[in-house]
Amino acid sequence: MPAKALAPVDAAFRAIATTFVPELAAAGPAEWSALGRTIDSALESRPAALTGQLVAFIRALDLVSRLRYWRSLPALPPDRRLRLLRSFERSPVLAFRRGVWGLRTLVFMGYYTQPSVIESLGYQATPAGWSR
Amino acid sequence: MNRRRADVVIVGSGAGGGTVAARLAPLVAAGKSVLVLEQGPRLDDHEFTGKEAEMANALYADGGGFLTADGTMTLAFGRGYGGSTVVYTGTSLVAPRRVIEHWKVPGLGHDEVVRRSAKYQAENNVALLPENLLNDNNRLFVTGARAAGFTAEQFPLNLRGCRGSSLCNLGCPNAAKQGTNRVQLPAAERLGVEVVTRAEVVRLEERQIQVLVSDVPPGARGRPSSWAPGEYLIDADTVILAAGAIGTPALLLRSGLAGLPSGTGRGLTVHPALILVGEHPTPISNDVGHPKSFFVDRAAEEGFVLETCMYFPFVTAKNLTGFGPEHSLLMRAFPRLQMILVLACDKAIGENRVTVDRQGRPVVHYRFTPEVVRSLTRATRASARIFFGAGAVRVHAPLADPPLLDRADRDRIDQLIDDRHFRPGRVSVSAAHLMGGAAMGHDETDSVTDSWGRLHGRPWLRVADASLFPDSLEINPYLTVMALADRVADGVLGDLGAIP
Repeated sequence: MPAKALAPVDAAFRAIATTFVPELAAAGPAEWSALGRTIDSALESRPAALTGQLVAFIRALDLVSRLRYWRSLPALPPDRRLRLLRSFERSPVLAFRRGVWGLRTLVFMGYYTQPSVIESLGYQATPAGWSR
Repeated sequence: MNRRRADVVIVGSGAGGGTVAARLAPLVAAGKSVLVLEQGPRLDDHEFTGKEAEMANALYADGGGFLTADGTMTLAFGRGYGGSTVVYTGTSLVAPRRVIEHWKVPGLGHDEVVRRSAKYQAENNVALLPENLLNDNNRLFVTGARAAGFTAEQFPLNLRGCRGSSLCNLGCPNAAKQGTNRVQLPAAERLGVEVVTRAEVVRLEERQIQVLVSDVPPGARGRPSSWAPGEYLIDADTVILAAGAIGTPALLLRSGLAGLPSGTGRGLTVHPALILVGEHPTPISNDVGHPKSFFVDRAAEEGFVLETCMYFPFVTAKNLTGFGPEHSLLMRAFPRLQMILVLACDKAIGENRVTVDRQGRPVVHYRFTPEVVRSLTRATRASARIFFGAGAVRVHAPLADPPLLDRADRDRIDQLIDDRHFRPGRVSVSAAHLMGGAAMGHDETDSVTDSWGRLHGRPWLRVADASLFPDSLEINPYLTVMALADRVADGVLGDLGAIP
């Protein structure tokens, strides 16, 4: 399970996360688990209402997917899921844009802080600096 | 409730609080007690690991992602022994004359700001980085700026023994950056000033402070507080607020002091910022070396400043617009990325302000004015020209749609980068230069404090941080915060008859 806080919408959240970061399609349980821990830790320090809003927003995305394409978010082909999320990201409604921004920020936080991912990017900053 | 007393209590230990603490420290030898209360922790040197997730959570409020009320901008401010001086890059610029003259603070002239700033430039070892320690990310900025018709200037930096970790914004792991945690606070403590960390000031009353001292949370970094966890009531003759442009106004507002000036919390400016990247065809040195060595100052002419920068993978990912394959490809180009931080010089308006919610927590209201959006657009266009002038093959410009510009687009920069693509909530905007909310001025009709940081109507209560700024500074603020805090300290010493 990626994040305990988002357990009620686990499948939809994984589908969204994989759309934001395509590499997550090949992620193993350890990477999902690390991503989940980071997200849980970030949400723990925020007001509890925020987690509820995120869960509600993910449910809304899934509902729109079902109404628009007759398929749940996880069952949508990746390209169509990408289009759907981009339409929310560009929505005239601020709350939808904010929702996507908040979700992508959490996913990026969970993914791009993992040591193996950082290494794979070629990012090598260390305290040793010039003498590394 | 535990009871304590101090002659002087300073709330906050950053550029303002640390400076005042050092200036007032000689009072201890004369029998006065000086106490500094810091909400955050005090980390030992070995705890500065440079790891993004760990350090962001340890040293910043909300991990560096404090959201404005409408969720369209994140604010980064430090929390810990040394405040934001632990997590800045040490850029040490003196306030421009035009800004100080525009502030019209009675009795505060530019010459005085220059004089007081020079004192801290010397004390905190400010100098230019030698040529051999500049990395490609900074050199390419200079090259690109020249090609684009701009003049790049070198930042004076407050370093001592910089090893070029590039991790300044995560707290220098080599103790090289000369923030108040390295200079003013240790000096103050040596003279007998008491610094108590993990001490959150809950409320102010007439010459009294309610404080909550916390235990170390499980798994958290930093030493335990020197005071036992619990509630404290501190009697103080003089209180100096230096909790920053969010913390100080929020504390004043939640304390419900009678007759608080109506401008309290208002006029917040933040230098709204975008992080832009240019992709080069071959790897450049970007994750080693000081990250912020040069800038282009177009504040007076076009309302923006461009600065070199290099952020960490998560912050970079967050600040690129969009997601999916294109975003991922750009992240995979990390060793080839050049970065520029764009700062808009916003103006103080009443509606951009700090308030508090029912629990007394700060809430920041901020609207991007059309002038700010225009500044961001002009700055993004200028940055794109600098990237291409430096040889970049692609540029990520959040105010273009789609945000990726190829080299072939470089003749259409003005068409492609446009105000109409600025959509709050989609474009990642962040800010770390938080200013205003307890502005200096004549009286309570135009300000919150007088020109010596005294709250109007309350001579025992002073402010000594960036919330004193009546308007945006249009450069990196810490040195000016120290200069003003130095002035506030003179005022306190004068009150106590301690100035010869």
